[in-house]
Amino acid sequence: MLNDNDRIFLNLYNDKGADVISAQSRGDWSNTKEIFSKGRDWIINEIKTSELRGRGGAGFPTGLKWSFAPKELGSRPHYLVINADESEPGTCKDRDILRFEPHKLIEGCLIAAYAVNAHKCYIYIRGEYFKEGQKLQQAIDEAYQKKLIGKNASNTGWDLDIFIHYGAGAYICGEETALLESLEGKKGLPRLKPPFPALIGLYGCPTIVNNVETIAVVPTILRRGAKWFSSLGSPKNTGTKIFCISGNVNKPCNVEEEMGISLKDLIEKHAGGVVGGWENLKAVIPGGSSMPLLPKNICETIKMDFDSLVEQKSGLGTAGVIVINKDQDIVKCIARIARFYKHESCGQCTPCREGSGWMWRMLERMSKGEASREEVDMLMDVTHQIEGHTICAFGEGSAWPVQGLLRHFKKEIVKKNNFKPLISKNKNIPYLVDQHLLEKENA
Amino acid sequence: MSIKKISKEQPENFNFSEENLKITEKILSNYPNDKKQSAVMALLYLAQRQNDNWIPLAAMKHIAKFLNMPYIKVFEVATFYSMYNLTPVGKHFIQICTTTPCMLRGAYKLVDICKRKISEEQNTLSKDKNCSWTEVECLGACVNAPMMQINDDYYEDLDEKMTEKIIDQILSDIKPKPGSYRGRINTEPENNRQTLMDLKNA
Repeated sequence: MLNDNDRIFLNLYNDKGADVISAQSRGDWSNTKEIFSKGRDWIINEIKTSELRGRGGAGFPTGLKWSFAPKELGSRPHYLVINADESEPGTCKDRDILRFEPHKLIEGCLIAAYAVNAHKCYIYIRGEYFKEGQKLQQAIDEAYQKKLIGKNASNTGWDLDIFIHYGAGAYICGEETALLESLEGKKGLPRLKPPFPALIGLYGCPTIVNNVETIAVVPTILRRGAKWFSSLGSPKNTGTKIFCISGNVNKPCNVEEEMGISLKDLIEKHAGGVVGGWENLKAVIPGGSSMPLLPKNICETIKMDFDSLVEQKSGLGTAGVIVINKDQDIVKCIARIARFYKHESCGQCTPCREGSGWMWRMLERMSKGEASREEVDMLMDVTHQIEGHTICAFGEGSAWPVQGLLRHFKKEIVKKNNFKPLISKNKNIPYLVDQHLLEKENA
Repeated sequence: MSIKKISKEQPENFNFSEENLKITEKILSNYPNDKKQSAVMALLYLAQRQNDNWIPLAAMKHIAKFLNMPYIKVFEVATFYSMYNLTPVGKHFIQICTTTPCMLRGAYKLVDICKRKISEEQNTLSKDKNCSWTEVECLGACVNAPMMQINDDYYEDLDEKMTEKIIDQILSDIKPKPGSYRGRINTEPENNRQTLMDLKNA
């Protein structure tokens, strides 16, 4: 287990208060000026050598992302945008940072803004986090008052203004280009890439978009050194991470742990074990709802980091661990996730808009045992039609959980849905899913 | 994509109140001078709060004029995002998260209670016209599941008994205490804390 000395988020459970004075007693804002004096290149290099990877799901190296921002300020200003639109089912880590460690985030914003040459920073918070947004605003006001941000922030000679922008309940706005569209006051429809936001982002200006947790760990990394951070975890998967363990566990919780901790330890030690004991475990979704689930035999040994999970055809994503035990109907659980994606698809690309609904309807039928044998393979085909054929990664996000289900629990579904297709009486027309429903009523 | 219904009964006029006009100035100052369209989401939300939790068409027209942008663009935004209510909802607006992590811990039991106590169908007003409920997607409090949001507040770690109590209070116009209903502190593992022990009793 990670030593308490190596934890970054000391106030994760709000033992000590989130105000600026308590934050300072935990070391925040202690030598911001000194960090600035080492220069922009040193900061970016230090983050590069710490091998910090983005905590928002994709795991892109943060230092590399920062280095994409143009070195010289051109005619257009640069922007820093913080993605606090945390909506991935199973994930609630950013909420605790916004509520209880806002000063880590604000200080991180200042350093990151300096690194990417930005004087304005927008924090995009999901609209439902109204109270969390108020707490963050309070912290921002405190920081302005103490001259930690604003003109000549913390005596570093750098000016930074931070603004909060509330979302209004659209999951897709967690996608960085959709988030920028939303910030510009439009519908949150993802943009085609390239051009990447680092060159053409908010208002057509160079913009760096980072997750809350990524930015909040930056000051501590710079203070304690990249070597310390990279000594935790394994190469390419370094540092600590907040894991959210939810679902059928005895003590669901958020906990900061070392990258690469074993999933079994995480569940047994921190979350009080699976409801009904480890033997009662059915499957675990390891990284928020878009990641394919893992059956029990893989859960025994799997390590929770980016690369180990990719090897098992899943992913760390946002590290929202959803535990499902044998009392649950696994098909129903994934069908509910499919419904989530059907509801949240922005409707821009046809494969995703239509396919997410197909997947949901097929899975609903399968959970009731009303689907035919052929449909199980058809469902797999539908997921492949969506994956890779959309503008943003939402297509993958909606297809992967279904693929994970079919990969590991196909036998179970086939056993339950084992009758001859009614549609074969007519003609073998693929994809006429709704037609099939009509047929059954007439039959 | 969520399907939005526009209310058939619409007020003729909408104007921001004096107090809210001051807030709009503050909001507008957050964005560059030539990018005032960015404020549309915040203004829609402000209009919703002013107008008993829903946005009439008149408010969209007003905001379009206010920000000097086409009305259809405001309409697009208002219909795209799920948090904007375009039909009247109750003064107490209950949103129950039923996405998988909450579902696993019994969110549909909460839904049944709402059906029984408030209204059979979601998005319809209760008998006293004060309260309505709806099923929503993940509200981002998964380790405190099952949970619901009543107006701005989160009510977490619920069970059937607690939910009934909360809804009874809501129906008699008392505001229940937000937060966890199992007495645990925020998102810590209940009675099973292994980390940051020296801070716990500090």
